[in-house]
Amino acid sequence: MPDSSAIDHGAVTTAGDAHAEHPSYQRHHFETVEQQADASAFAMWLFLLTEVMFFGGLFTAYLIYRNWYYPAFVSASHQLNVVWGTLNTVVLILSSFTMAMGVWCAETRRRRGLVLCLTLTMTLGLVFLGIKTVEYKEKIEKHHVPGQHYSLQSFLDPAHDEAALAAGDKPLALDMARHTEIYFSLYFAMTGMHALHMIIGIGILAFMIFRARAGAYTGGHVTFVENFGFYWHFVDLVWIYLFALLYLISRHQ
Amino acid sequence: MSEETKHTHQIVGPKVYVIILFALLIGTALTVWASFIELGPWNPVIALAIATGKAVLVVLFFMQVKYSSKLTKLTVGAGIFTLLALISMTLSDYISRAWGRW
Repeated sequence: MPDSSAIDHGAVTTAGDAHAEHPSYQRHHFETVEQQADASAFAMWLFLLTEVMFFGGLFTAYLIYRNWYYPAFVSASHQLNVVWGTLNTVVLILSSFTMAMGVWCAETRRRRGLVLCLTLTMTLGLVFLGIKTVEYKEKIEKHHVPGQHYSLQSFLDPAHDEAALAAGDKPLALDMARHTEIYFSLYFAMTGMHALHMIIGIGILAFMIFRARAGAYTGGHVTFVENFGFYWHFVDLVWIYLFALLYLISRHQ
Repeated sequence: MSEETKHTHQIVGPKVYVIILFALLIGTALTVWASFIELGPWNPVIALAIATGKAVLVVLFFMQVKYSSKLTKLTVGAGIFTLLALISMTLSDYISRAWGRW
């Protein structure tokens, strides 16, 4: 047995000098650091693909309902504010950039740069959620939250609704107007799930900033920062499509 | 492990990230501008095309897929293919069955 294990493990023969052969962060079930990095990137992508499928289902539902109840979806979409939406898109793209720079700082072992980048990313994430809160508040005030207190006022009588008037909406028939509730159900489901991902991300960022200050990710082991970066960029990616589908494609008609 | 699949961890520099940042910001400005022009059925097509262009930049550069191993590239490609297959199969089902009779 000792002979065969010596052959199997090549250079790493005895337990005593095992750590001299590879960095301390390399787990013993991996042959090389590269293999470990490959495996973790692969696993992270598999997780992200489950997320892609999850949001993909919501996007498909939106696509089908929009085709079914087209006038309702167009009028309901006019209730969203493009300025806030655009601002949030810019904020999120900037946060993706600072996150990418954070990964670079970790890779090139810049501890202070990493802490700065992560802090900026977290701040921009909070700004995004702040703007989202302003938008949600407006929806609550206008009774556009699906449920018992949902109001059809903006869609039955667009002449007395600022946003509907600006978009030149015509009054919808009652049965079509009622379908605007489906738009807002999908709006809150999709932006809500997106916001939940942001909140989780901000929580992990806070943890990472705490650890990065102690130099946790600038000693050569950058897997955690890299994988979190993938997650954060994925959240940005979802928003790019949400912005186009919820805010932009119904500006006209 | 053959030479082609070997993972060489390439560090992507700030220069690339700055270029991508500006490309994404320009894409955002472009898509907002395009949404205010009356293009009929092309409005959603253009909005989704620009969104997809931005998504490709994010995946390739920010998420470093361009610089990653073949395994990662294949995983991402297979995922996107599966997503598109599921969406188009669902849509073809809706279009060919009860469209207009809801």
